[in-house]
Amino acid sequence: MNIDFSSEELAFQQAVQKFLQEKLPADIREWTLKEIPLGKEDFVRWQKILYEQGWAATNWPVEHGGTGWTPTQKYIWANECANFGAPDVIPFGFKMVAPVIFTYGSEEQKQRFLPDILESNVWWCQGYSEPNAGSDLASLKTTAVRDGDEYIVNGTKTWTTLGQYADWIFCLVRTGGTEVKNQAAISFLLIEMNHPGITVSPIMTLGGHHEVNEVHFNNVRVPVGNRIGEEGQGWTYAKVLLTHERTGIARVASSKKRLKTLKKLASETCDGDANLLENPAFSQKLAEVEIDLLALEYTELRALAAVSTGQAPGPESSILKIKGTEIAQQLDELYMETAGYYGMPFVSNQFTSDFDGERVGPGVITSSVPRYINNRKASIYGGSNEIQKNIISKWVLGL
Amino acid sequence: MDFSYSEEQQMLQNSVSKFIQQDYDFDRRCKLVASDIGFSQENWQLFAELGWLMVPFKAEDGGLGGSAIDLMVVMEEFGRGLVVEPFLASVVLSGSLIANGASESQKRELLGLLMDGQLQLAFAFAEPQSRYNLADVATTAVREGDNYILNGHKAVVLNGEGADKLLVAVRTGGSQIDGNGITLLLVEANVEGVHRQGYTTVDGHRAAEVKFRNVKVPVANRVGEEGTALPVIERAMDWATLALCAEAVGAMDKIYKKTIEYTKTREQFGVAIGKFQALQHRMVDMFTEYEQARSILLMAALQLDSNKGMAPKAVSAAKSRTGKAARLIGQEAIQLHGGIGVTEELDVSHYFKRLTTIQYLFGSSDFHTLRFAGH
Ligand SMILES: Cc1cc2nc3c(=O)[nH]c(=O)nc-3n(C[C@H](O)[C@H](O)[C@H](O)COP(=O)(O)OP(=O)(O)OC[C@H]3O[C@@H](n4cnc5c(N)ncnc54)[C@H](O)[C@@H]3O)c2cc1C
Repeated sequence: MNIDFSSEELAFQQAVQKFLQEKLPADIREWTLKEIPLGKEDFVRWQKILYEQGWAATNWPVEHGGTGWTPTQKYIWANECANFGAPDVIPFGFKMVAPVIFTYGSEEQKQRFLPDILESNVWWCQGYSEPNAGSDLASLKTTAVRDGDEYIVNGTKTWTTLGQYADWIFCLVRTGGTEVKNQAAISFLLIEMNHPGITVSPIMTLGGHHEVNEVHFNNVRVPVGNRIGEEGQGWTYAKVLLTHERTGIARVASSKKRLKTLKKLASETCDGDANLLENPAFSQKLAEVEIDLLALEYTELRALAAVSTGQAPGPESSILKIKGTEIAQQLDELYMETAGYYGMPFVSNQFTSDFDGERVGPGVITSSVPRYINNRKASIYGGSNEIQKNIISKWVLGL
Repeated sequence: MDFSYSEEQQMLQNSVSKFIQQDYDFDRRCKLVASDIGFSQENWQLFAELGWLMVPFKAEDGGLGGSAIDLMVVMEEFGRGLVVEPFLASVVLSGSLIANGASESQKRELLGLLMDGQLQLAFAFAEPQSRYNLADVATTAVREGDNYILNGHKAVVLNGEGADKLLVAVRTGGSQIDGNGITLLLVEANVEGVHRQGYTTVDGHRAAEVKFRNVKVPVANRVGEEGTALPVIERAMDWATLALCAEAVGAMDKIYKKTIEYTKTREQFGVAIGKFQALQHRMVDMFTEYEQARSILLMAALQLDSNKGMAPKAVSAAKSRTGKAARLIGQEAIQLHGGIGVTEELDVSHYFKRLTTIQYLFGSSDFHTLRFAGH
C-alpha cells in the first residue's frame, strides 16, 4: 500500500498546473472561485480548450478520444482544477450519455455522437424523471410507439437540468407494454430537441435560478436508429449510467477547495476581539467536517482503485453521493455562519463582471444563504439520499 | 401552573390568525415581496387600526401592556403567514429602544406616531466587521457645538431603506469593541450625507447598507445619555430575538404539518411516501423539534415578563434551540418534498428561506449557546 505520487505522477501534476495557468480564461476562473453560476458560452469555451488539449473526456477510453488516465491522474486533475478554479465539465454529454453510447451503442452511433460530445459541439440534457416518476423512476409513463422506422413519443419529462440550452436529450421511454412498473418495456432513446412537438418550459428554483425545465413531447417522431441497444433494455443501461453519475457526485476536490477558502475567510472575520477561526464552536464544527472529508477522500480513492482493476463502480458508490452531498451542505452552513448578517442580501448577479451597480458585502461569503438554499437540491437529484440508502441496504447489506 | 392564554390573548390571536388566513395568502405575499416597497401600506394601516402596533408597549406609553406573551402570540401568527411588513424591525426592535431609552418628550413625539402606523423606524447596529458583537461599533459621532458629526457604515439594516428615521448606534468614546462609549442617535433618513443602498434579502424582506458621511445630527436627537446605550440595545435585542423565535415557531408549525400532508398524498412505488418508515421517523423528529422549540419559547417569554434578571440567558437559550429546530425542520421539509421542494412555486420553500435567515439573524445558535454558557 502506497499513496505517494511517483515521479511520473509528479510530472503530470506539473503539466496540469502549467496548462491551467496558461489556458484557463481569467473570467471563468474568477467566477468559479466565487461560485458564480457560469453560462452556456463559458462552459463551451472552456470545454473546447480542454478538447484542444485532449483532456476533455477524462472518463472515456482512449479509443474514443478519452484521456485513459489512471485513477491517480484523475485524482490529480480533479484537485488541481478545483484548486485553480477550473469548472467541472457539464456532465450530461461527457459523463452520462457518452458511457452508454460507447458501451452499448452501435459503431454508427459512436461515430455519429461521440465526436460532437468530445468537441462540445452539442449540448445534452437528461430526460429521466417525470412528474409522477421521481424516486420510482421505473414507473415512468412517456411512451414511444413504433410506427415503421420511427417511434412516436408522447409524455412529459421534468427537472431537466439546463434543458433550455440543449440540442439533444437522452430519454427513458416506454416501448411496448403500457403496464407501469414493467422495467423490461423501457428503452433508451436519443431525441433532437429542435423537433416542433417538443416544448420546454422553465421551472424556477427557490434561489431564483432557471436551471431546470419541464420538457413536453407531443407526437415527436424519432428514428428507430436513435435507440441505444436493444428495445426494452433501457433500464439496464440507465442503471449503469446512474452509477457513473454517482462517482462524480462526491465532489471531494471541490469541497477541499471550499474548505480551504472558508478557513481563510473565517480567519479574516472578526469575532469579538479574536477571529472566527478561533471561536471554539466554529472551529470544532469546521474540524469535524474536515475530518469527515478526509475520510471521504480515502473512500473515494478506494472506489477509484477498484474501478481501475476493471470492476464497474458498484453500489458502494452510493456512499460517495450521500457523504459528498452532506459534506458540501455542511460547508454551505459554515459559510453562512461566517457571513453572519451578510449571508442574507439577495442581489442577483452582483459578482458578475458586467454588473454595474454597487456591490453589497465583503465578497465571496456574501449571499451564502442563497447558495446554501440552492444547494439543498444536491441531496435530492441523481437519486435522493434516501434512495441511495435503500440501494445500500438492499444491494450491499442484503437487507 | 397555567399555560393557557388569557381571554385578551385569545382574542388577539384570533384576530391576527383571521387576517393571515383571509388576507395574507401565499400569492398575495409573493406580490408584496415583488412590489416597490416590499410590503403593503394598507396592511400596515390595518395593523395600526387593530392595535397590533401597540402590542410591544406598556400601558403608560400608550401601548397594550408590552407583555412578551402578547408579542409571542402576534409573531407566531406572522410566522404562519410569513408576513413581510416591517413589524419586527420598526415596532419591536426600534420601538423598544425608544420606549426604554428615550426621554419623555421624545417618547411623546415618536411612540404615538409609531403605533398609529405613521412612522417607520429602523435600527442600524451591525457593521461589516461586527458580526453579532453589539459592542463592536466603529461608526463615530464627534461632538461639534450643538451637533454630532456622524461617519461610518451600517450593514444589512433591516427596513433601512423604507424607514423615515434611523436609530444609529455610534461610538462617542472608548475603543472599537468597548461596551462603554456607545450612544444612540436618531437620524432623519433623508438628510445630507446619509446614503442608503436598499436590497431584498433572501427571505423576501428588505434591508439596506447605510453609509454616513459627515452627517450632522442635533444633540437633541440623542436617545439617552452619551456613552451608555449598550444596555438599552441589549434589551431591545432580547425582545426582538424573542419575537423572532416566535415567528420561527409559527413558520415551523406550518411547514412540518404541510410536509406530513404532502407525504400522505405523494405516491411513489405504489404507496404514499408517508408510508415509508425511513420518512416517518424523520417527521417524528420534525414534530419533536417543533415541540421543543415551542417549549423553550414559552420559557423565555415567561422569563422576560417576570423581570427576574434571567431574561438574557433565557432568550439565548430560546434562540439557540429554536435555531437548531428551524434548521432541521426547514431542511427536512425540503428534502421530503423532493424536487418540488426546491421550486419557487411551492410555499414551503419560502418558509424554508425565512427559517434559514432566522437562524442567523440576531445571533446564530452557536453565538447564543456560548452566550448562554456565559462566554
Ligand atoms: C435541481 C434538480 C435537478 C435535477 N435534474 C434532473 C435532470 O437533469 N434529469 C432528470 O431526469 N432528473 C433530474 N432531477 C430529478 C431528480 O432525480 C428527482 O427529483 C429525484 O429522483 C426525486 O424525485 P422526486 O422529486 O419526484 O421526489 P419523490 O420521489 O417524490 O420523493 C420525495 C421524498 O420521498 C423520499 N422517498 C421516495 N421514495 C422513498 C423510499 N422508497 N424510501 C424512503 N424515502 C423515499 C425521497 O427521498 C424524497 O425525500 C433533478 C432534480 C433536481 C431537484
